[in-house]
Amino acid sequence: MNVGTYDCIVVGSGIVGAACAASFAKDGMQVALIDSLGAGLLATAAGMGHIVVMDDSPAQFLLTKYSQNLWLSLSDRLPPTAEFQKCGTLWVAADSEERSEVERKHALYQDHDVPTQILSKNELAVLEPELRPELEGALLVQSDAVLYAPIAAQCLTLDAASHGAVIIDSEVISIGQGVVNLRDGRILQSQRIVNAAGERSPQLTPGLPVKKRKGHLAITDRYPGFLRHQVVELGYLKSAHTLSADSVAFNVQPRITGQVLIGSSRQFDTTSEVDHAILGRMLARAVEYMPRLASCSIIRTWTGHRAATPDKLPLIGPWPGDETIFLATGHEGLGITTSLATAELLSAFFSGQTTEIPIEPYLPARLGEGCHA
Amino acid sequence: MSKGIELDCDVLVVGAGPAGIAACVSAAESGARVILIDDNPKPGGQIWRASIQDPANPKSHDNDAASWLRRLQACSARQLLSTRAVACLSEKCVLAENENGSIEIAFRHAILATGARELLLPFPGWTLPNVFAPGGLQALVKSGLPVHGKRVLVAGTGPLLLAVAAFLKSKGARIEGIYDQASWRRIIPFAMTLIKRPTLLVSALVYRASLFSSPLRYGWWPVSASGEDALRLVTLTNGIQTKTIACDMLACGFHLIPNTELQSAFACKLVEGKALVDEWQKTSVNGVFSVGESAGVGGLDLALIEGQIAGFAATGKEASARPLFPKRDALRKIAAAMDRAFAPRPELRDLVQKDTIVCRCEDVPWGKLRQHHSMRHARIYTRCGMGPCQGRVCGAALNFLTGWESGAKRPPIYPVQLSTLIREPQATPKEKP
Amino acid sequence: MPDLVKMTIDGAEVNVQAGATVAAAILMSRSGFRRSVHGELRGPVCGMGICFECRATVDGQPQQRTCQLHCKDGMVVNTDE
Repeated sequence: MNVGTYDCIVVGSGIVGAACAASFAKDGMQVALIDSLGAGLLATAAGMGHIVVMDDSPAQFLLTKYSQNLWLSLSDRLPPTAEFQKCGTLWVAADSEERSEVERKHALYQDHDVPTQILSKNELAVLEPELRPELEGALLVQSDAVLYAPIAAQCLTLDAASHGAVIIDSEVISIGQGVVNLRDGRILQSQRIVNAAGERSPQLTPGLPVKKRKGHLAITDRYPGFLRHQVVELGYLKSAHTLSADSVAFNVQPRITGQVLIGSSRQFDTTSEVDHAILGRMLARAVEYMPRLASCSIIRTWTGHRAATPDKLPLIGPWPGDETIFLATGHEGLGITTSLATAELLSAFFSGQTTEIPIEPYLPARLGEGCHA
Repeated sequence: MSKGIELDCDVLVVGAGPAGIAACVSAAESGARVILIDDNPKPGGQIWRASIQDPANPKSHDNDAASWLRRLQACSARQLLSTRAVACLSEKCVLAENENGSIEIAFRHAILATGARELLLPFPGWTLPNVFAPGGLQALVKSGLPVHGKRVLVAGTGPLLLAVAAFLKSKGARIEGIYDQASWRRIIPFAMTLIKRPTLLVSALVYRASLFSSPLRYGWWPVSASGEDALRLVTLTNGIQTKTIACDMLACGFHLIPNTELQSAFACKLVEGKALVDEWQKTSVNGVFSVGESAGVGGLDLALIEGQIAGFAATGKEASARPLFPKRDALRKIAAAMDRAFAPRPELRDLVQKDTIVCRCEDVPWGKLRQHHSMRHARIYTRCGMGPCQGRVCGAALNFLTGWESGAKRPPIYPVQLSTLIREPQATPKEKP
Repeated sequence: MPDLVKMTIDGAEVNVQAGATVAAAILMSRSGFRRSVHGELRGPVCGMGICFECRATVDGQPQQRTCQLHCKDGMVVNTDE
């Protein structure tokens, strides 16, 4: 039973899908946005909601910087329940090697007009007194922010709807050749089907080079004033680097409630149960950097799965295996940050306009053989 | 960082209320190495909680308490009090916490006697200071709160109301009334079943006699509580008339619901909010038993019997357990009748107003919740259930109001000190920068 | 004569019967117990460590469930109020 033909069908209303639907609807496209769960209930709800400029590669740097600016522009229009805070990120150095890394990052970010500030050991202690005093200083990235992602995804979905997008509460069984099949037997058609299903995207597009990368988080009770910035160890990048080993890294975030959100861990594990061993390591790492976290009360822990690609860049653009399928997935730990830029890139691509930043590094075709259906 | 204490035993009993004590004693007297943990500083759970004014005598009209507690102290079981089970590290290992740190307890069999908590339903004013759960007020009075001369109104439903009212009266409270939402049509058949268990019926009559000066009404329920900084007035209705009563304290609760968080952590099957158990009190998970209120609210005698059955079954003494089956089965029937008699009526779903707080930890009102279609949705979009009570209070209320199930629980099953969850890496951490 | 325990609640010295819980001690010695996240007045409800409405700062540690804590000599308790 055909329920309609659309200019574009977006599958998945996580932060990426919702951003895409909003952008395409504003461009005047007839959009359908499909999700069986509700907006932002998988990785979007599980993650940290950190909007961060990262420089693992030039392409990642450009994408995160572009997207962060988009978030800053959007932030005024987000409701208080989206809990947007421009608290900044502190990349902390534990030794002299990391201190050099601080200098390098500072130079790079400054060159690209991302405001940063190098903090000495003492300045860092003043800004974040709970950090152990033996650290070697930090890089402060003032324009980084945090938000409560499920509400942001919900807002983007409502934005899409207010511009005419049709929101469909249903499970998608298959997509391809211009057709989307729903669980209840309904069929939608479009020449532009965007797979924004994150950790579930390979189920819809077989052969997609996306793997689930499990993460753990823990949240404390309310301790207002304990933490002011998102604080991340420079070793975080190494953790995000390793493609095989289980790893943890110190990464904490102040929530507007005064709770401290503690991450992060990475494992190639598709199960959802909390893994006590890696959770325990993650918390041990956190206490190494902030000793008094040890006596804070943890009220909840949970897991989520990031959609990870082989080269740590997302898949944005046409899928070579099917000319009606486009990808907006594989964002690993940067889905929140790069969701808005992903939407803009695809919007520009669809309307034949020049993209704000080059889209080539994120095109699915870059991965060559592995991604043909 | 030290790894915390590691213990092991044949049988771990979680919960030192009557069911846990019975399980612990039965297992220990059968020769097993038993560890008993409970988050209270003394054994006895709620029903056998000793009053600080009278610490030698646990509050009970029942001589069983003294004798069971004596046997507990005499048996070889190791008691870890003020110790709370917080997670399952594996099917054979529980993580617990006390003020000294974390404890990992390995076991061959676990008997979960996690008890029950009171069902609290929201109505306008239910969050005012001096509105208590009935068992909660009793516990606070036993632990030092004076109620002499205070006007106390008791409402809600369940056998606990009479027991608590009688206790409070004995401590000098003025009981303004006991209002149970159960209707006479349901209470009378239930009272008939108690003819077979005359001790229960006698207790109820004894309570009633001691409360002769206070109105006892069935078929009435609270619609609102009001006051400035604390409770002053409570309005009740029977669906036709209303009355407003001035009082200092309201003890309001709607019977009991099993505590099954630890059972969930073990992935035991739950049915209708209680652990599914076989005739030996075994759950769906190998080596894990559930007894007492956690396997279905049913009172003291049932808890003692089930505890014994599990204690024997966990130590190969099935022959000692089997003779207890008929009494257990009979008590289960009474428990089921009790559930039916005191089932909360549908009108209680209409008490919440748009601005009535449902999630107390996060101040989420009903108006923000009713548009969602699952507990998970409600939690993610409104923060309901994200507070330290981990959805115990609001989850139970919402389950009654909407039918929403609470869904899978992640560890810890209570808030814990972060250090309790720390595990040092096994190998040298090459990935450390 | 029952044993007494000397403790401080919100700066005031209080004598409480040994064995009493901190929640009972707070209720006995002052009006106002704590406030909800949006500032509503609250007090203990369940008496058994489930509802978390009895939280106070005890000996410098915030978010303690006082209905499950026994009063000790020299204990310093601070409520929201």
